[in-house]
Amino acid sequence: MIRDITIGQYYPAESPIHRLDARFKIIAAFLFIVSLFIVDTIIGYICVSILLGIVIRISKVPFKFMVRGLKSIMIIILFTAVINLFLTQGEQVIWQFGVLHLTVEGIYMAVKMCVRLVLLIIGSSLLTLTTTPIQLTDGLEYLLHPLKKIGVPAHEIAMMMTIALRFIPTLLDETDKIIKAQQARGADFDTGNMMQKAKSMIPILVPLFISAFRRAEELAMAMEARCYHGDENRTRMNVMCMQRRDYQAMVWTALYLCIVVGLRVAVNFFPQMI
Amino acid sequence: MSIQINHLTHIYNPGTAFEKVALDDVTLEIAKGEFIGLIGHTGSGKSTLIQHLNGIISPTSGEILLDGENIHKDKTKLKEVRRRIGLAFQYPEYQLFEMTVYKDVAFGPTNLKLSPEEIHQNVVSALETVGISEEIYEKSPFELSGGQKRRVAIAGVLAMNPEVLILDEPTAGLDPKGRDEILQAIKDLHEKRGITVILVSHSMEDVAKLVDRIIVMHRGKAAMQGTPKEIFSHVQELEKMGLAAPQVSYVFAALKERGFDVPTDIYTVEEAKNVLYQMLK
Repeated sequence: MIRDITIGQYYPAESPIHRLDARFKIIAAFLFIVSLFIVDTIIGYICVSILLGIVIRISKVPFKFMVRGLKSIMIIILFTAVINLFLTQGEQVIWQFGVLHLTVEGIYMAVKMCVRLVLLIIGSSLLTLTTTPIQLTDGLEYLLHPLKKIGVPAHEIAMMMTIALRFIPTLLDETDKIIKAQQARGADFDTGNMMQKAKSMIPILVPLFISAFRRAEELAMAMEARCYHGDENRTRMNVMCMQRRDYQAMVWTALYLCIVVGLRVAVNFFPQMI
Repeated sequence: MSIQINHLTHIYNPGTAFEKVALDDVTLEIAKGEFIGLIGHTGSGKSTLIQHLNGIISPTSGEILLDGENIHKDKTKLKEVRRRIGLAFQYPEYQLFEMTVYKDVAFGPTNLKLSPEEIHQNVVSALETVGISEEIYEKSPFELSGGQKRRVAIAGVLAMNPEVLILDEPTAGLDPKGRDEILQAIKDLHEKRGITVILVSHSMEDVAKLVDRIIVMHRGKAAMQGTPKEIFSHVQELEKMGLAAPQVSYVFAALKERGFDVPTDIYTVEEAKNVLYQMLK
């Protein structure tokens, strides 16, 4: 159950997507997210979904993994859907009760927001699923580098991210272990009302926090013992270098953006299309 | 209570790149009152096996019978299964969470909804068994030493009055004194209360000294079973599996090689001492 959270998890496979330069992938993921807000029509979302599907196919990451990542944010999606469904102002009212009203615009809005959220999560988890945490943070550090001039601690941010990502699976494993250990002592996490359920989390959270602090301390000690002192004069083992395939992917991304923007413009100019 | 494991197979993350066959068609039987040693190289499936025994994880295929009844047949009875089969995980002290030692040990019996008197009785008797004295009861478990924490955590499992006690490397990371105390407590439990004990260990010395029967796990299979004497006589096979016989048996093998007339089936220091005394007389 706890292993269902795939955010930040890497899925090892041999695919063109895995081999792409991390810097490019971060930018592409960012552009993809932006594009989701440019697209405004059902046809647009269908196009984006199909394209995303193709990219997932190329990446060789089982689709199951993407869906699993969604499970953990299901509540947010449902919440968004409900809010949009009942609170969107609109002309064509279908049903009304006090402040709640169901409108055609509301349904349209709810569907749109949900599709957006789902695509957003799948798109960004594709980034982490196909990029090792190390590559990811290296890429991020590189991209943040120019901001150093205005005092952004790029290296430190990247290092913190590396550590945070590195510890997600560790802490998940730890949580799993603690849950099992407390279950072995007869703990029950599934029954009871909200209050009892919240209370039943204490035997998990306390040991988890203690172990997280312990790990943090040990890691800090280990880093210091090996003379880690941050950014200055550090060299890299893997120097990032753009390849031909990265340039090809860039062309594809540019093409994708053109289509998305084109669709938006087309809709604006010829609204009768939809 | 007897435990029967029939054709148990467990696969982690089936159908993904992380797929791993942890248990591969394991069939075993554990009788009431036995003291079992479970040994095997890291990743051989020991931990997965013991987690199946009290229903913490479900088998991919195969079944576990407790007194002839499949433990997964009735989900509502799982709690009862977990009471009867106490499982102390590796580094159990990491599950301590309560304000006081007493409350932490009471967590298990409280979950079982026992009466306050029963809870008190169980907690006191469990803490006594592991040698935790009364002045520590009201201390925070986090103030204790490593060995004390470990014993408190094991008491937390014992307080549920299990009929079978499974311990996953109870002595890992402890100093010799802490190790002896825990092993002594386990031995007492087995002898005085007559409960079945399954001890997972990497210490061949401990296993040789304590258990009636050894089960050797290798690559998800129960590779060998038998008394310590039988198992440790297959030194070469054990070494191939990344295991070994107790240190003292190598001393005797070396003595034999140098022309001393000594038996080579000596596996505990106690035995060795007796044999050497006899010879020197």
